[in-house]
Amino acid sequence: MSTLTLERGINAFKAQIDAPMASFFSSCVSCGMCAEACLFYTENPDPRHTPIYKLEPLRRVWEQEYTLIGKLKAKLGLSKPVTDAELAEWQELVYNNCSLCGRCTLICPVGNDITYMIRRMREGMVASGHAPEGLIGASTRAVNIGSPMGVKLPALQAQVRHLEKSSGLEVPFDKEGAEYLLMLSSMEIMNYPEYLGAVAKILTNAGKTWTLSSECFEATNSGIQIGSSDIARELVSRVVAAAEKLKVKTVISPECGHAYTALRWEGPNLIGRPYTFAAKHIVEVLDELRAEGLLQTEGFEESKLTFHDPCQLVRRGGVVEQPRNLLNMVAKNFVEMADHGTLNWCCGAGGGVSANEDAEEVKLKAFQRKKKQLDELHVDTLVTACANCRIQLEEGMEVNQMDIPVLGLTEMIAEHLVERKGGAA
Amino acid sequence: MRMQTPSPYEQTLGEHLRSQGISRRSFLKFCGLLASSMALAPSMIPKIAEALEQAKRPSVIWLSFQECTGCTESLTRSHSPSLEGLIFDAISLDYHHTLQAASGDAAEHAREEAMKEHYGKYVLVVDGSIPLDNPGYSTIAGISNLDMLKEAAAGAAAIIAVGTCAAYGGLPKADPNPTGAVSVSDIIKDKPIINVPGCPPIPVVITGVIAHFLTFGLPELDSLGRPKAFYGQSIHDRCYRRPFYERGLFAETFDDEGAKAGWCLYKLGCKGPVTYNACATTKWNDGTSFPIESGHGCIGCSEPNFWDFGGFYKALSIPTGASGKNAVYAAAAGIAAGVAIGAMNKKSKAEAASSHQTVTVEELNQESGS
Amino acid sequence: MNEVDFLLWVKGSAFNIALFIFVAGLVLRLFEILSLGRKVNYAVPKGDPMQGGLREIFRRFGTDKATFQRSMITIVAGYVFHIGLFVVIFLLAAHVEVFKSVLGFGWPNLSTPVVDAFAVVTMIALVVVLIHRLQHPVKRFLSSPGDYVAWAVTFVPLLTGYMAYHHLLLSPQMMLGLHILSVEVLLIVFPFTKLMHTFTVFLSRWYNGASMGLRGVKS
Repeated sequence: MSTLTLERGINAFKAQIDAPMASFFSSCVSCGMCAEACLFYTENPDPRHTPIYKLEPLRRVWEQEYTLIGKLKAKLGLSKPVTDAELAEWQELVYNNCSLCGRCTLICPVGNDITYMIRRMREGMVASGHAPEGLIGASTRAVNIGSPMGVKLPALQAQVRHLEKSSGLEVPFDKEGAEYLLMLSSMEIMNYPEYLGAVAKILTNAGKTWTLSSECFEATNSGIQIGSSDIARELVSRVVAAAEKLKVKTVISPECGHAYTALRWEGPNLIGRPYTFAAKHIVEVLDELRAEGLLQTEGFEESKLTFHDPCQLVRRGGVVEQPRNLLNMVAKNFVEMADHGTLNWCCGAGGGVSANEDAEEVKLKAFQRKKKQLDELHVDTLVTACANCRIQLEEGMEVNQMDIPVLGLTEMIAEHLVERKGGAA
Repeated sequence: MRMQTPSPYEQTLGEHLRSQGISRRSFLKFCGLLASSMALAPSMIPKIAEALEQAKRPSVIWLSFQECTGCTESLTRSHSPSLEGLIFDAISLDYHHTLQAASGDAAEHAREEAMKEHYGKYVLVVDGSIPLDNPGYSTIAGISNLDMLKEAAAGAAAIIAVGTCAAYGGLPKADPNPTGAVSVSDIIKDKPIINVPGCPPIPVVITGVIAHFLTFGLPELDSLGRPKAFYGQSIHDRCYRRPFYERGLFAETFDDEGAKAGWCLYKLGCKGPVTYNACATTKWNDGTSFPIESGHGCIGCSEPNFWDFGGFYKALSIPTGASGKNAVYAAAAGIAAGVAIGAMNKKSKAEAASSHQTVTVEELNQESGS
Repeated sequence: MNEVDFLLWVKGSAFNIALFIFVAGLVLRLFEILSLGRKVNYAVPKGDPMQGGLREIFRRFGTDKATFQRSMITIVAGYVFHIGLFVVIFLLAAHVEVFKSVLGFGWPNLSTPVVDAFAVVTMIALVVVLIHRLQHPVKRFLSSPGDYVAWAVTFVPLLTGYMAYHHLLLSPQMMLGLHILSVEVLLIVFPFTKLMHTFTVFLSRWYNGASMGLRGVKS
C-alpha cells in the first residue's frame, strides 16, 4: 500500500514546475512588495508570511533540479535538498496563511503569479503528506459523500420541497435539455437556503429552463483548495458528467469564489479537454439576463451599502462590472471600498483557509483588513457574492462586535424582481 | 656638440655657457622655462639658475638600441636658437653613435674611456628597446644590446630611458613582439632609472629632466617611472577641447561638422584621458601646437603598449577584441548548452510526471492518522 | 603587470571572456526556463491572452496609490536607480561607443556632466535601497547572499566609473581598468543571479498578463 512521502512530494514539485514558474523565480528581486499586498502579512506582520517566501521549498527544488547553477551548487554542497521537516514547517504558510486571493500576483512589480505557484506547490504538500487536517476532512467528505460539509441529497431534496411549498415555484431535478444546470455549495444549502429560492425565482421569471442534478449538486471543489489535481479531477468530473448527461447549455456556478475558479478555469484542464457546455458564475448569468431585459427590478435599498469583491471573481475571474451593474439596479447609496474591484482585499478565509481549523486565529487576524476598510465607510449593509466570504465576514463582524448585515447579491436582486408577463412558466 | 673637449669637466656649467657667449638673459629665460615646465614656482628660477651655474658638466653616454632615431631627431630638430641646444652645451656627450664624429673602433674606444674615467658618475641615456629573444637581432660593434646595456649601466650614476621604446619597449615590443623586446627597467634593477617616454618625447622634457638631474638630483617619479613634473597631468585634463567632451559634443568622422568645429575627438580614438604627457601645455615645434590642435586625437605615445591599445582610431572605451563575433559565438554556445540542459529538464519533468502516483483520500487519511 | 597592461587586459581578453559568459549564460538561462514548457489551456478564454500579456508588461511600470504609499521607498528609490542605471549605462558617450563596437550600431549620447549627475543620484538611490534592505524586516528576512552580491556588482561599476572620471584615489588608467573589470564581473554573474530579471521581467509579466487576459481580468 502506498503512502504519502517526501519523495512523492518533491516529485510532484518537479512535475508542476513549468516555464512561467521558472521565469517567476528568475525574476524575483526580493523587493518585499508582495508582503505589503498580502493581508496575512499586513495584519500579522511576520516576515515569514511574505507571499514569495511561502514558495521557498518549491523555489529550491526548481533551482536544484532545473538550473545549471543550482545543480552545480548542489554538487558542491552549497545547497541542501528540501527536507520533510521543512515541508512540515511550511504547511502553515502555504495553507493557513494564504487564501490564494491573488493580490500579491496583481501587485508584484516583476509580474510574478505567486498565487498560481502556491496552488501548484500545494500539489507537492499533499503528495508529501503535509496537507492540513481540516482540508483532508473536507476532501474526504467531498469525495465520499459528495459535499465537503457532508450534506447529502435528501437534505437538499427536503429543502427543495420546502421551497416549492412556500413559494409555489417549481424546482426541477434532472431535467434533460434545460438551458441551465444550477450548481450549489453546501454552505448555501446549510447556511443560506434563501439563495436557491432567489435563483429559482429569477430564472423562472426570466422564462429560462433550468434544473438541479440529483447526481451532483456540489460545485465547490476541495481538491482545488487542498491542492490535489487528482481529487479535484474526481470532483469536477462529476459536474461534467451531470451536465453532459442532462445536455445543458450552461452550468451555473453558485455564489462562491473558488467554485468558480475550479469549474471555470481549472476544470477543463483537469479533465484534459474543453467542456461541451459553458460555465458561468451566477452573477455573470444575472448580468446577462439584465442586458437581455429579462431581469428587471423595482424599488431601491435605502441603506448605505458596499460590495465585497470575492477575490476569485475579480482578480482570478475578471468579474468586476457585473455585480456593480446589478447593484446599481437596486441601490441608490452604493459606495465603494478604498480598494475595490481587482484591488479588493480578501475576506481572509478563501482558498481553503475556512476549512482549516488550524487557521481559526489567523483568519480572524486577517479579517482586520476588511474591518479597516469597512470602518472607513460607515455602511449599513455589506453585499457580496460568495457564501464563503459571507460566512467569514459574518463571523468577523460578530467577533469584532460590528453590526453590519451581510447579504448575498442574488437574494437582494430577487427581492426587487419585477414579475414578467409570461415569465413564470 | 662638443666632443673630446680637453678636460671639460673642470668647468662649471655657468662658466662654460659664458665661454660659449650665452647671455645671462637667455640663461635665465631657459631657467624660467624649466621651472614652468616642471611646474615649479617662479621663485624657484633663481635657485635653478644658481644650481645650474654651479653644476659640473657631467659625462653622458648615449646608447641607441632598437630605435628609429626619432628621439635624437626630436632633440636635434628643435628650433634655433635652441634652448635644448643650451643644455647640450652643458653636458659632455661622450658617446652617441649617431651624433659623434668618430666611428668604428675610435667611437667604441671613446665610450670605454668615458666609462672608465667617470665610473660611478656618468649619466647613461638609452633610447630603443633591448631584444632578448636573440642577441643577434641588434648589436653595436659586435656587442649585443643586452651586454652593452649591462656593462654601461654598471658604472652609471643614473639612467635616463628616453623614448617609449627604452622606457616601456615601445614599437619593437608591439604585438607579437618578434624580437622579444624589453625596456631598460626590465633589465636593470639596481640603478635609478628615469623614464622619459614619448614617441618621440618632447625635446624640452628631455632637457628638462637632464637639467633637473643636474640641479636637484633625481626627480620625483610616478608609478611608471616618469618625472611627475612633466607627466603629472593627462592630455585630457589640459586639452583645450575638453569643454566639448563635457558637453557631449564629439566629432564622429574627421571631416564632419563636429570635426570642423573643433569638437572632442574621443570617439575618433583620442587616448588623451589615459595619456600622461606635457604636449597640451609645452606643445611641439617651438610651442606651435600639439596633435589635437591639428585635428588628430592623442595616440597615447607616452604610455606603455600604446601600439596595442585597440587601434588609434577606436574610442578608448571600446574593447580591443572582436566583440561582435565573440558575442555570436557565445550565443551559439549558449544555444548548444541551452538545448542540452533544456532536454535534460524536459526529461526530468517527464519522468516526474510519469512517476506520479494518484493521490487518494484514503492515502490522505492514512497519513494524517499515522 | 603595470596599470596599462591591466587596462589592456580588461579591455581585451577579460572583456571577451566576460562577454562570452554573459551572452552564452543569457541564452542558456532562457532555454532553461522555456524548456519547462506550459500546458495547453482548455478553458474557454474570456479575453485575449496576448493583449493581457502586453498590457501587464506596461501596466506594471505603474502602481496603485495605496500600494505606492505602502511601499514608497522601494518604489521611488527603485525607480530612481533603474532610470539612473539606464541613463548611465546607455547614454554616456564612452558607453555608446562600446555598444557600437559590440552591436555594430550606436545612438546619441547625453553630455557628460548630466550622466555624471545621474551616476551620483543612482549611487545615492542604491545606498538607500541597501539601507532599506538591511532595515526593513521583510526585505532583510528575504535577502540571501545573492541579493547582496547583485547589489554590489551593480554598485561597484558605478563607483569606479565615477572615480575614474573624477580622477579620485587611483590613477585614471587604474580606475578605468577597475571600472571595466567590475563591469566584467557584473556581466559574468548577471545570468546566474537575480539581475536576470532585467530580461525575465518581461517574460514573467507576459505570462501573468496572459493568464489575466485569458480570464478577462483587467486591472
